[in-house]
Amino acid sequence: MIYNKEMETMSRADMEALQLERLKYIVRYCYDHVKLYHDRFDENGISPDKIKTLSDIQYIPPTTKDDMRDHYPFGLFAVPRKEVVRIHASSGTTGKPTVVGYTKNDLSMWSENMARLIAAAGVTEEDIAQICFGYGLFTGALGLHYGLERLGAAVVPSSSGNSEKQIMLMKDFGTTTLIATPTYALYLGELAKELGYTREDFRLRIGLFGSEGCTTELRAKIEENLGLFATDNYGMSELMGPGVSGECHLRCGLHINEDHFLAEIVDPQTLEAKGEGETGELVVTTLTKECLPLLRYRTRDLTRIVKTPCECGRTTARMDKVMGRSDDMLKIKGVNVFPSQIESVLMAFKEMSSHYMLYVRRENFTDNLEVQVELSDASLVDRYKALENLRSSIRAKLKTVLGIDAKVTLVQPKTIERFAGKAKRVVDLRNEKA
Amino acid sequence: MAVKQLSVFIENQQGKLVEIMDALATNDISIRAISVADTTEFGILRLIVNRPNRAERVLKEHGFAASLTEVIGICVEDRPGTLRDALRILSDAKISVEYVYAFLNKEVNIAYIILRVEDNDTAQTALKAGGVRVLEGEDIN
Repeated sequence: MIYNKEMETMSRADMEALQLERLKYIVRYCYDHVKLYHDRFDENGISPDKIKTLSDIQYIPPTTKDDMRDHYPFGLFAVPRKEVVRIHASSGTTGKPTVVGYTKNDLSMWSENMARLIAAAGVTEEDIAQICFGYGLFTGALGLHYGLERLGAAVVPSSSGNSEKQIMLMKDFGTTTLIATPTYALYLGELAKELGYTREDFRLRIGLFGSEGCTTELRAKIEENLGLFATDNYGMSELMGPGVSGECHLRCGLHINEDHFLAEIVDPQTLEAKGEGETGELVVTTLTKECLPLLRYRTRDLTRIVKTPCECGRTTARMDKVMGRSDDMLKIKGVNVFPSQIESVLMAFKEMSSHYMLYVRRENFTDNLEVQVELSDASLVDRYKALENLRSSIRAKLKTVLGIDAKVTLVQPKTIERFAGKAKRVVDLRNEKA
Repeated sequence: MAVKQLSVFIENQQGKLVEIMDALATNDISIRAISVADTTEFGILRLIVNRPNRAERVLKEHGFAASLTEVIGICVEDRPGTLRDALRILSDAKISVEYVYAFLNKEVNIAYIILRVEDNDTAQTALKAGGVRVLEGEDIN
């Protein structure tokens, strides 16, 4: 179902006209209400009136996560305190969290955007949706929560953790839609099996996975275990939370809510615009946000955008699944390595579980990568040769895909940590990143 | 019925062997023979126990990758040359042995030998034809 036909099927020309009109407005709004933008425009000799076409956006200096940290907590808010109705913060793995605020209109816009993506995945008001994201400062749970309610689905805010109870509720309530991180969904599937349940005990049909990357291979595994159809959605708390873009049931890219978010793809080094279909860093301008408008926010996520209409009927631009982060990218022996590439390789081996860890070390001035995987096929343990063959075929496949040699370590089943929130699968033990 | 051998994957980490032994001991499982193949990365522990099915279940419950396979057990007299004679039968039949280990049981002057070969049936037939006493699963308790 298309939730907002007008906005989601608008002609490209009309959409671009709407975006330009909103862009002019938001640039002026930022200049007038946010000191950072006011000062930065003045320092660079830019006037808000300089925006005459969409491509004039290139004159605006980008906003970064550091800008948000430097103005912690409320320094970038564009509205007086009485208009702020909600405050969230990012998980902030290093230092202070990134704080985001919302006005009433922001929350309504967020719900609308989420409802569109949820409907695009195939969820209807008949569905029972269990949200296994942790509630709290994290935007994921409440974003999905409001969107699902806007659409009319029944929300079960079960939050994360207490996995056995999650499974009980899933079965007893006849949950049809599961909202979780891919890692947690994977774990719930494993646990359900361990507890003696089969797919037929559940009525799951749709999974909305987010908050961390998920390769097609991992997703297929989760779908098979739980008997559901899963779509990806994309967002980040700085921009609002989830709801920036999401897949329709055809899963050929994530439809961007372009009437609210203006997306560009740029070269992460030079910031030069990339052409349609070219891979680069996603830079997003919020067109309608009131509390925390951001101009050209550097997401650090690498993807590409196509603007051809989708067979689902939507005309909105589509971005690819994020292939990695420009700052998550590991440089090992001078080679760019994305954890997602490694995951794709590992998922093809049925002898192992889907859990893994990556360790990067520097010994004698040389980088090395260790990939730890859990052995799950016990029938191999009788023969040393079978285990060695498994190890060397994983290693050979990694070498083909990554171009570097990795050490593969087999570990005992169920010894790699199961993450209920965002998975932290990469441990970089080098003193400084190359 | 051939002899059931329990193979367990163990990471090279201090205390792993104790963990396994503890799980078996508290479940009243007695070990008849043990062999550990070591490598730099991981080891494979091979066990002959009195209650193989229970032992497999217990170790799996403790999170170990463990599996049962059928291996050949033979009895030879405890004097020089008996193992040579038995192995020559296999060699003549062009059957290769992947690994071997031995243990003593309650029978006096008799050694039990565990052999891992590709094809148990062919090997057993050849050994029996050559007059070697082949163990049945029930012999180990």
